[in-house]
Amino acid sequence: MTKVDFKTAGPFIALIALFILGIFVNDAFLSAGNVSNILARSSFIGIVAIGATFVITTGGIDLSVGSMAAFISGCMILLMNALMAKIDSFVTIIFLAIVASAAIGALAGMINGLLTTKAKIEAFIVTLGTMGIYRSLVTYMADGGTLSLNFTLGDVYSEVYYGTLLGLPYPVWVFLAVAIIGYVLLNMTVFGRHCFAVGSNESVAHYSAINVDRVKTATYILQGLCVSIATIIYVPRLGSASGQTGILWELEAIAAVIIGGTMLKGGYGRIGGTVVGALILTLIGNILNLTDAVSNYLNGAVQGVIVIVAVYLQRGAWRAKN
Amino acid sequence: MVQVTIDDASNTAIAGTAHESHGNTPPRDSLLAVQKLKKSYGDIEVLHGIDFALRRGEVHAILGENGAGKSTLVKCLAGFEARNEGQLYVNTKQEFSGADSGAGSSTIADNAVSAQLITAKDWTHAAAEAAGVVLIHQEFNLAEQLSVAENIFLGSELRGRGLASLFLDKKQMIDLSRDYLATLHCTIDPATLVSSLSVADKQMVEIAKTLAKDARVLILDEPTAVLTQKESAALFELIDRLRGRGVGIIFISHKLEEIERIADRITVIRDGDLVGCYPAATLSKDDMARLMVGRELSSLYPKVPAPHESASVALSVHGLHVAGASAPESFELRRGEILAFSGLVGSGRTALFETLVGLRPARSGSESKIFVQGNEVRLTQFADARANGIAYLTKDRKGSGLLLNKGLRENFSLFALAQFAGVLIDTRAEQSAFDKAVDTFDIRMRDTGVVAGNLSGGNQQKLLLAKMLETEPDIVIVDEPTRGIDIGTKSQIYHFLAELAAAGKALVILSSDMSEVIGMAHRVAVMHQGNIAGVLSGNEITEHEIMRYATGLKAAAA
Repeated sequence: MTKVDFKTAGPFIALIALFILGIFVNDAFLSAGNVSNILARSSFIGIVAIGATFVITTGGIDLSVGSMAAFISGCMILLMNALMAKIDSFVTIIFLAIVASAAIGALAGMINGLLTTKAKIEAFIVTLGTMGIYRSLVTYMADGGTLSLNFTLGDVYSEVYYGTLLGLPYPVWVFLAVAIIGYVLLNMTVFGRHCFAVGSNESVAHYSAINVDRVKTATYILQGLCVSIATIIYVPRLGSASGQTGILWELEAIAAVIIGGTMLKGGYGRIGGTVVGALILTLIGNILNLTDAVSNYLNGAVQGVIVIVAVYLQRGAWRAKN
Repeated sequence: MVQVTIDDASNTAIAGTAHESHGNTPPRDSLLAVQKLKKSYGDIEVLHGIDFALRRGEVHAILGENGAGKSTLVKCLAGFEARNEGQLYVNTKQEFSGADSGAGSSTIADNAVSAQLITAKDWTHAAAEAAGVVLIHQEFNLAEQLSVAENIFLGSELRGRGLASLFLDKKQMIDLSRDYLATLHCTIDPATLVSSLSVADKQMVEIAKTLAKDARVLILDEPTAVLTQKESAALFELIDRLRGRGVGIIFISHKLEEIERIADRITVIRDGDLVGCYPAATLSKDDMARLMVGRELSSLYPKVPAPHESASVALSVHGLHVAGASAPESFELRRGEILAFSGLVGSGRTALFETLVGLRPARSGSESKIFVQGNEVRLTQFADARANGIAYLTKDRKGSGLLLNKGLRENFSLFALAQFAGVLIDTRAEQSAFDKAVDTFDIRMRDTGVVAGNLSGGNQQKLLLAKMLETEPDIVIVDEPTRGIDIGTKSQIYHFLAELAAAGKALVILSSDMSEVIGMAHRVAVMHQGNIAGVLSGNEITEHEIMRYATGLKAAAA
C-alpha cells in the first residue's frame, strides 16, 4: 500500500519517459554508438555533479567548477608539454599530469572551503570570486587563445577517452565508480551523516560535537577532486584548453543535482538522483540533435523548463506530505 | 459519548460538583465553541471528540500533558488545521464598540446574536483572522528587519488619500501603533526595528498586532515560557485589561501557578480526550495536576542521597574565564553529586558551561586548568569533552538539540555515531540501540517514521536525553532540562537524572526553575552577572537565600 514517492521515483520516471521519446523520435537513438555517446558525454557533468551533491547537501554551493575545470585542463596541458622535453615515457608524463591535476583540484577546493568557513564569507560570493579568477587565469595562460596538447602525446592520452572496456567507454566506467563511491560515502559513513546534519542545522551539528568547518571544507575538497577527475578524462577528448573550456558546467552540474531531488537549502541529498539528472540533461541535447521538430538552439530552454518542472513536482509532493 | 467521564475515583468529587456540561447548542454568550471535535493525522486520531466553549471576557485555560492535544486543539480553533469531525460555532456578529477609542473604554456590544456554524472547509486561517480569532505562536511571527509599526500593519498597510494612495501613510501607522502600544501600557517606540527588541517586547508587538486586527479571541500558546517573572506579571496585567474589554482569551501554560492566577475556567484534556471543564476557583494546583495526569503523582523530586564524603572528585575547574565575565571561575563536582546552577535569566550559566565543554571559546589569553577524574585535560572543542566522558544537553532543543526535519534514529545516534561505525555505519546496531533507548526513556511517537519536529516537547527532551547519554558519560550537564514540559514528563526526567546520580555519575543542572533546583540539588551555585555569587548546601538551600545571591544582595564571603 505504499504510495509512489515522487521525490525518489520522479527523476527515474522522467528518464524513462525521455528514453521512450528518444526511441520514437529517431531509429538511430538506440544504436550502440549513440547510447555509449550519451553515457560518455554525461560522465563529465555527472562526475562534477556528484561532488556538487556533497557541497549542496551540506548547505553550500560551488559556482567555480566550470572555470576550475578549464584552469586544471590548462595546467595539465602546459605541464605535459613541458615534460615532453625531459621525460621519454608518455605514460609517466600522463601519470604525473594526473597527479598534478588531483593536487590542484584538491587545493582549489580547499581554498573555497577555507574562505567559506574560516573567513566566514558566503559560499556563493567566495565561489563567484574564484570562478572569475580561474577563468581569467586560463585565458592568461593561453594568451587569449588556445593551449594545445602535443600531438603525439595526445594520441596516446586519447585512449583514456576513446578506449572501451566491455563495450563501454572508459569515462562511463569512471563515472560509475565515482557514483558508487559517492553513494557509499554519503549514505553509509559517518562523514555522510555529518554532511546531512550540517546541511539541516549547523547549530545542532555543532552541539553534537561535529566539526562543522571541517565537514564543509571536506565537501569542497571532494568537489575539487571530482572536477579534477572530470578534467582528466576531458582533456584527451579535445586535446586543448581555452577561456571557453567548461563554460556553464557549474550551472549544468547544479541543474543535475536539483533535478535529482537534492534540495538547494541543504540537508537532503541523493547521489542516484544526481546521476539520473546528468543523464536527463544529456538526453535532452541528444534527442534535440536527432529531431527536426525543435531547433537544437533551444537546448538550453528545454533544460531550463525541465529543471523548473522537476523542482515544482518535488515541492508539490513535499507539501502534500505535510 | 460526549458525556465526560472520569474513571479515577479520586476525581469524582471534583467532577460531581464542578463539572459543567452544555447541551447541543453552545451558550449564547460563546465567542467561539466546538462540539465533538475530532482531528486525525493520517490514520491516527489525536483528538477524540472535544467540547470547548469560550465566553466573552473570560480567560479560559487549556490544561494537559505534552502530547495531550492542546496545540492541535488551538490550531483547529484558529483555522491552522482543518478538523475532521465536529461543529464549530463562531459569533462573528458581536462588534467592538469603538475599538480605536483607546484604553479601557471599549467593550463588546451586548447585542449578542446566535452563533454561526462554520464548516471545516470554510474555517481557514484567513477566515479565523477575519472573524477576529488570533493565535499567537510560541515562536513569534515577526519580520525582524522591519519596524514595530511596519510589523503591526504588515499585510494591512494604510495608504494616503487621493494621489497619495500610491504611497504608504507612515505617519498614521506610527501614530496608531503608538495608540495600540499605549493601550497595552507599553512604551516601545513604534519606529524601532523589531530585531533590537527583547523577547518580552516582541510579545507585546505580537499582541499589539492583534489589536490592529480587532481581535476578539486571543489564543496564547505558552506565552510565558520565554519571559522572566517580571515580564510575566506585566503580561498578566495586560490580559486582565483585555478581559475587561470583553476579549475572550485562551491560555495554554504548564505553570500551574499562572493558571491559578489568571484563569476563569479550565478545560483539561488528556490523551486527546476531554476530561472536563471547571471553574478555576474550584480547583487547587494539586487537583489540576491530578486531572491532567490521571493518577496521583508520587513525589515529583526523587530523593538522591548526597555522595559520601569519600566520593572522588569527577570534575575540577580552575580559573575558567568566560568571554564577557569579569573574573575567572572555579568549582568542583564529585561523583554521585547533583550540583545546580541557579540565578536570574542572563546570569551566565549557559555561557560558563558552554565555554567549559568547548562549545564557545574562552576569553582570549586566559589559561584554565580542568581536571576530569583527576587527570588534567584540555577541552578546546566539544568533541574533546565527549572523549573525556562529558555530555552537555542544550536548553535550545529545537534550535540546537535536534534536527527537526530528520528521523528519530538519525537524531538519536548523531552524538554517539562513532560507536556504531567502523568504515561504514552499522545500521543494525544503530537501530537496536535506538529501540532500546525508546524503551528506556519512554519516548512516545505516532509511528517510528516521524521526524523529530513532530514529537511533543516532552518527547523531544527525552530523545535529546537519549542522544546525549548514549555515549555513557560520567559527567552530565543539563541546561533547563524541563523547560516547557508537562508535569508528568517532568517527573520522568527527574527520575532519569536521579538514577544517573545514584549510579555514581556527576550531574550539573542549570535551571531557572527554583523549585526544581531546590528539589533536586545537593548543592546550589548561584550566579550573578557572569560569576558564582555563592554556593549553598543542605539547609541553606532556600528560595530566599538563592534570591539574595541571584539579585546581588549578598555576595560570596571573601
